[in-house]
Amino acid sequence: MAASVAVRSSVGLTLRLSRVIPDCNTCPLYGLKSCVNSGVSLQKRGSLDSFRTINRHLRTSMGLRHSEEGGSDAEDPADVVNVVYIDRSGQRIPVKAKVGDNVLYLAHKHGIDLEGACEASLACSTCHVYVSDGHFDKLPEPEEREDDMLDMAPMLQENSRLGCQIILTPELDGIELTLPKVTRNFYVDGHVPKPH
Amino acid sequence: MSGHRLLSSRLKLWTSGRSGWMSRLHEGLSGCGRASFSSSNPKICVVGSGPAGFYTAQHLLKARQDVEVDIYERLPVPFGLVRFGVAPDHPEVKNVINTFTQTASHARCNFYGNVNVGKDVSIDELRRAYHAIVLSYGAEGNRSMGVPGENLPGVYSAKDFVGWYNGLPSCRELTPDLSCDTAVILGQGNVALDVARILLAPTKMLKSTDITQPALDALAQSRVRRVLIVGRRGPLQIACTIKELREMVNLPDCRPEMVAADFEGVSEALKDVPRPRKRLTELMLKTALETPGEKEQERRSKASRSWGFRFFRSPVEVLASGGRAAGIRLAVNRLEGSGDGAQAVLTGEVEDVPCGLVISSIGYRSLPIDESVPFDSRRAVIPNSMGRVQQAAGLYCSGWVKTGPTGVIATTMNNSFDTARSLLEDMDSGALDVSSTRPGSQSISALLAERGVKAVTFSGWEKIDDVETRRGEVSGKPREKLLTVQEMLQVARS
Repeated sequence: MAASVAVRSSVGLTLRLSRVIPDCNTCPLYGLKSCVNSGVSLQKRGSLDSFRTINRHLRTSMGLRHSEEGGSDAEDPADVVNVVYIDRSGQRIPVKAKVGDNVLYLAHKHGIDLEGACEASLACSTCHVYVSDGHFDKLPEPEEREDDMLDMAPMLQENSRLGCQIILTPELDGIELTLPKVTRNFYVDGHVPKPH
Repeated sequence: MSGHRLLSSRLKLWTSGRSGWMSRLHEGLSGCGRASFSSSNPKICVVGSGPAGFYTAQHLLKARQDVEVDIYERLPVPFGLVRFGVAPDHPEVKNVINTFTQTASHARCNFYGNVNVGKDVSIDELRRAYHAIVLSYGAEGNRSMGVPGENLPGVYSAKDFVGWYNGLPSCRELTPDLSCDTAVILGQGNVALDVARILLAPTKMLKSTDITQPALDALAQSRVRRVLIVGRRGPLQIACTIKELREMVNLPDCRPEMVAADFEGVSEALKDVPRPRKRLTELMLKTALETPGEKEQERRSKASRSWGFRFFRSPVEVLASGGRAAGIRLAVNRLEGSGDGAQAVLTGEVEDVPCGLVISSIGYRSLPIDESVPFDSRRAVIPNSMGRVQQAAGLYCSGWVKTGPTGVIATTMNNSFDTARSLLEDMDSGALDVSSTRPGSQSISALLAERGVKAVTFSGWEKIDDVETRRGEVSGKPREKLLTVQEMLQVARS
């Protein structure tokens, strides 16, 4: 218990740090943050960052706005949920989220390529993700409509869920969400095209 | 100024995401945000503005900060089958329009409606104006049954029937005769089930949707009480998905009418099939064979309408009486083999089913667009490898014209992203030469002007959208669609 409190407060600190420091790969503290977040390959991420950096600035203010509107206190360590997205090239993208966040919109907020064509109305399967072992069973059972949509998802697996139906709770801390590699001609070596 | 332009276009890059506040920001900037005319950016043109066109454009714009994408559309209005195919009682599926609208509003994206590629402008002209062309014009034709009587009054293709209730201008005058008791639909895919549902749904279920008013009025007067959905093969080969089946099972005032013998041996075969097929079949078995609970029994006994699958049947001839369809002769099949690969083989037996309405829903079919584009007429697709049109550098394809007309929106999205990736790879590798400057829409606009073709821009569509939405409000619908190209053009130019 004490250990988990310690973890949570250190997580909270990281969050504060990340709010103050712009998240950008030229910043020397970028590495520190990534390190805390658990092993990101800087080289791999770097290639996308000119795209992301723009988002980041916007995201910061959006994140603040969101927490103001939502009324929840993201600064409260007990509210923090660590999430790792694993994108279609296998790249791990750690994200600090908070209790109550929706996995689809959280991905959008962080520039992760998870679609959501029907806007969380259970009419498509474009936000299909695989949920890490140990967290999958902690999710509430999918409702029938979600199961019906999952049946249409390309590359369905036992641990498949729709991102739009996953709402973060404290028990989901550490959850890893893998985007299915549905495409036939994706770069198999993990190469990410460089922005121009 | 160039720095300013760069900034605004970088900002707008983000609008291909989904944040509404960014698109508002975008509107404030759009004066200076449009990509400059004579830029040396790679210029790509997309033919067709359905999901395939928009998803391809979205991926291209997101992946590179320099490409400019122009989307050409034959109709004055965008979104293809999202507007004209998706059933009116599935409004959630149409939410994808919001994402497409953000793509269209992107600084490096332009929409040109009312331009018929292949007629108003040729593919060769587009090839000279752009570095690459993505063909994503879908599947506007339909497979025909090829049986005697299929041209009789009372026989329709599902494509036209769907186009009619969804306001496709070319189907406006279909006005199907709904004065008979029984309708037979040939084919058991989702389109067949959409048609069955629209035919049988209580009018009150449809009146708050964007179904066209003439279709709603005709359906309110409809005498159709029974719909049979016919397939060549068995329950384990059915092509619909579970959502659509469940909607039939739960349709108010409607009871299922199945043939128990069709399901012999089906539950035994279930243990080895993948989950989606298993859940779908279980729902069918439950509906067809299980004795329903008291409440459901009561519901069924009170229902005034019915629907049912008929398996192992192929159309042989549409039977006529008084010069119009009065029935259909079906050949009885048996299956050879099992699973998805099972073949329907004629037994030699036939049976006649009386019906006044026959709707064939055996598949859409892509058509060739221009002589200069390779076309596989047997498979009715553009021959391609991962979206690269074979033996035609600079030509790409995505969506149904690439894969054939199957799959849900997630399938089309993935296949469109795939095509975009192929194109981006080719740009990176130099296989697609983007070093020379191309005029893009500038030269095409000049050609169109010469030919008297006036394109409808996205803001023109927004005027149409606005008028439709306001007309819908009066009757409690999300929109009342404009039904003719002429009216659309009038509003767009107002």
